[in-house]
Amino acid sequence: MSTKKSLVVIGNGMVGQHFLASLVASQCKDSYHITTFCEEPRAAYDRVHLSSFFSGKTAADLALADEDFFANNDITLHLGDKAANIDRNNKTVTSAKGLTIAYDTLVLATGSYPFVPPVPGHDRPNCLVYRTIEDLEAMASAAKTSKVGVVVGGGLLGLEAAKALTDLGLETHVVEFAPRLMAVQLDEGGGAMLRRKVEALGLQVHTGKNTTLITDGEQCVNKMCFADGEELETDIVLFSAGIRPRDDIARSCGLDVGPRGGIVIDNQCKTSDPAIYAIGECALWNGMIYGLVAPGYSMARTVVADLAGEEGSFTGADMSTKLKLMGVDVASIGDAHAKSQGALVYTYQNGASEVYKRLVVSQDKKQLLGAVLVGEVSGYGTLLQYCLNGIELPENPDSLILPPRGDESVGLGPDALPMSAQICSCYDVSKGAICQAIEAGAITLGALKAQTKAATGCGGCGALLKSVMDCELTKHGIAVSTDLCEHFPYTRQDLYNLVVVEQIKTFNDLLETHGKGSGCDICKPAIGSILASYWNEYVLAKEHLGLQDTNDTFLANMQKDGTYSVVPRITGGEISPDMLIALGQVGKKYQLYTKITGGQRVDLFGARVDQLPHIWKELIDAGFESGHAYGKSLRTVKSCVGSSWCRYGVDDSVGLAIELENRYKGLRSPHKLKFAVSGCTRECAEAQSKDVGVIATENGWNLYVCGNGGMKPRHADLFATGLDKETLIKYIDRFLIFYVRTAARLQRTSVWMENMEGGLDYLKSVVIDDKLGLCGQLEQQMTYVIDTYQCEWKTTIEDENKLKRFRHFINSDQPDDNVVFVEERGQIRPADEEERKHFKIMEVA
Amino acid sequence: MMPWKDVCSSDDLQPDSGVCALVAGQQVAVFYRVKEQAVYAIHNYDPIGKANVLSRGMIGDVKGEPVVASPLYKQHFSLKTGVCIEDEQISVPVYPVRLHNGRVEIQVALSNNGEMKTSIHEEASV
Repeated sequence: MSTKKSLVVIGNGMVGQHFLASLVASQCKDSYHITTFCEEPRAAYDRVHLSSFFSGKTAADLALADEDFFANNDITLHLGDKAANIDRNNKTVTSAKGLTIAYDTLVLATGSYPFVPPVPGHDRPNCLVYRTIEDLEAMASAAKTSKVGVVVGGGLLGLEAAKALTDLGLETHVVEFAPRLMAVQLDEGGGAMLRRKVEALGLQVHTGKNTTLITDGEQCVNKMCFADGEELETDIVLFSAGIRPRDDIARSCGLDVGPRGGIVIDNQCKTSDPAIYAIGECALWNGMIYGLVAPGYSMARTVVADLAGEEGSFTGADMSTKLKLMGVDVASIGDAHAKSQGALVYTYQNGASEVYKRLVVSQDKKQLLGAVLVGEVSGYGTLLQYCLNGIELPENPDSLILPPRGDESVGLGPDALPMSAQICSCYDVSKGAICQAIEAGAITLGALKAQTKAATGCGGCGALLKSVMDCELTKHGIAVSTDLCEHFPYTRQDLYNLVVVEQIKTFNDLLETHGKGSGCDICKPAIGSILASYWNEYVLAKEHLGLQDTNDTFLANMQKDGTYSVVPRITGGEISPDMLIALGQVGKKYQLYTKITGGQRVDLFGARVDQLPHIWKELIDAGFESGHAYGKSLRTVKSCVGSSWCRYGVDDSVGLAIELENRYKGLRSPHKLKFAVSGCTRECAEAQSKDVGVIATENGWNLYVCGNGGMKPRHADLFATGLDKETLIKYIDRFLIFYVRTAARLQRTSVWMENMEGGLDYLKSVVIDDKLGLCGQLEQQMTYVIDTYQCEWKTTIEDENKLKRFRHFINSDQPDDNVVFVEERGQIRPADEEERKHFKIMEVA
Repeated sequence: MMPWKDVCSSDDLQPDSGVCALVAGQQVAVFYRVKEQAVYAIHNYDPIGKANVLSRGMIGDVKGEPVVASPLYKQHFSLKTGVCIEDEQISVPVYPVRLHNGRVEIQVALSNNGEMKTSIHEEASV
């Protein structure tokens, strides 16, 4: 018999999921069998960024947990099954599908539902709500036959929904009952400024409107009638008029609920039954329902602490928010409406640049009580910290919202924040925790986010996180700079442009005109790569030799003992028996360790530097050429066997793979490049994990870009579909050169695209729609690179002078006596230190 | 004073790069910086990567100090002192070296017990 108790969580939304994640990370993880019910067909996803569904994100992108989160943590997840009934006497939960589960502890995370005002006609066709992915799919489907959409509700969610309708290409209206937009968060001036800005973006705003009837339209599907007699025709009506707690299951089992709904909880988030907790938007604490995710997360952590027997209580939450609505920055902090006793107000309004700021301060002008920012919110982090930490305001508080004049700095430096200051409210990350993570080595934003989870919830604290990081790094003497290195005060992209504009052909010319010192192992290979990408000259030419990274200098891959591995090109992984035999003969003759690589070729290990030219002479005579496995360049184009042999193949994937590999071989790039081509959607070549992936379909080639395996795998994004070969190659040409021109040093295509403002859409607009008018140049550059291709090994073995370097000693023919091999599984491997000592003793004896 | 040992022709040096010479049984990495017309000699053994590879590292400078970056794990060693920039506890031997009549000459001494003597602070010059 298990001694574990049973814990059941009803609801797998954002808060339910946060609870599970916090629980399995806590010490009481092993005390419970965990079961969770999720009525939706998919596990928890990010509702905060729901509208990104219409700008290309998929349901999978929005998922909050890894696919194997539940399995790995032994959590039983009942998807698509709603908990229907709680029997508190027998402590069981029964689901809609008839499942009954006993519980020792029950957590209600049922969330909320969108409030639909009981207007006659509210259930007409195309009258929708905005809450789940299914709702979005319904919107998308309705939008296909619609021209006009109206959002009922001008609050935060309503404006998000309006953005979604605009993204779907509809003429969009917002109808709000209150006299202004975002009435809860903004004062009159802020609301008015927001209205001006969103109207300029094409949104039509109707405030002070009370909808009385929805009925048949004449031009559109629906017509809305208002109390003031006006009417508005629309195809879609989207209700976003607030949320209501889902407390029906609590109600029917007799738990206490508030007079206007919400499951009553105490400071430990316990309901009126001590075995049952409630968290998130279904819970009513101190008469308040919190409709934001951060307080829900905070409740989830409170319950975990309570289960673990730790101190911890939920004592309300700050409702400050910062967000981008339809591209307009809006923020609200604390008492935005100046309702506090004796509160004083400062207002700054700039009609020209459409900025509105309001500060609410205490009577003695020492404490910040609240703020409203519209159009310019860079001060949000600072103001929030003043407000939350009770930091004393400067003598003239208005300096915090007035634009800086001259050199004066108005921000509250992150230095002034106490260590206890909360930086990320979604994950409750303090400045202290961030400093600790930096101390422990997380010195990039990415590492810091991964380590602390800060700025990975709503993302609102991103700027503040960065400024804390920058400040801490500066204190540690780590310069925060985008310069390539101490020798060049430029980014890689700058340097590429300098090379192009000034037609610079050597490192020394670039160093003399734009750099200082003599270079280093950062700038030399980076510039070596730029020069090779642009001019495509022989990388071992006298003026380029010293720029090449270790592996490029000997056109082979250095292994741990100083020997090299050799990888000839096997295009598309296709190789004849004769060529295989030739490879085998070379391997045997030089006693090399041979292994099949992940890129469908053969790696030959254990070659001494003096053996490399001999090995390559034989390989070239047999018809092989360099595989560029040593370079930051195109490695392989992996393929499945495709339509020539496969019963399911739709097109000739091997043929295309060979063509692509031959086209792009030798192209030097900021990082290595891997391609793959699959002959059908079964995807045996794993093209969706490559920088460039191509998959054959009945309608033509589908192109995927910016995926990779490695340390941080990333699925490639679908870039274009149903392409003929000519268009496919044109897109890949442009994509590659644009990457080569604009990426940072050692930046993979995935990170390059993720850091690009506008992301995938922008990349498509450049490569497909030629938004920058660059495509001609990009293609021309690629043609040049293809026309000037050379096999570097062929050039090298034909040049006596170059061969001089391929000796261990410049003045002796002896090999390196430190290179010692032992045998394992019938092949060689480098001896380890112990074995090497033994070997040396044997030699001496 | 130790005698200069003839090693190779100055034409055998690689511009802004390194070669390895066998001098009195020792592996010596010799680097040639074209702009400064300077040669440097340090031991070829990378004490961190534990392989004879330093001559194949990339050279440059870190805050003005001429260095070679190990081709294995990229630590920098001063060409003047042999000290590892990332960990000052670690260093490699350095040797006096000069270009003389078109030849490269190096001083490497053997001590009585057969181990190398190193002259850490003697700067290599042309």
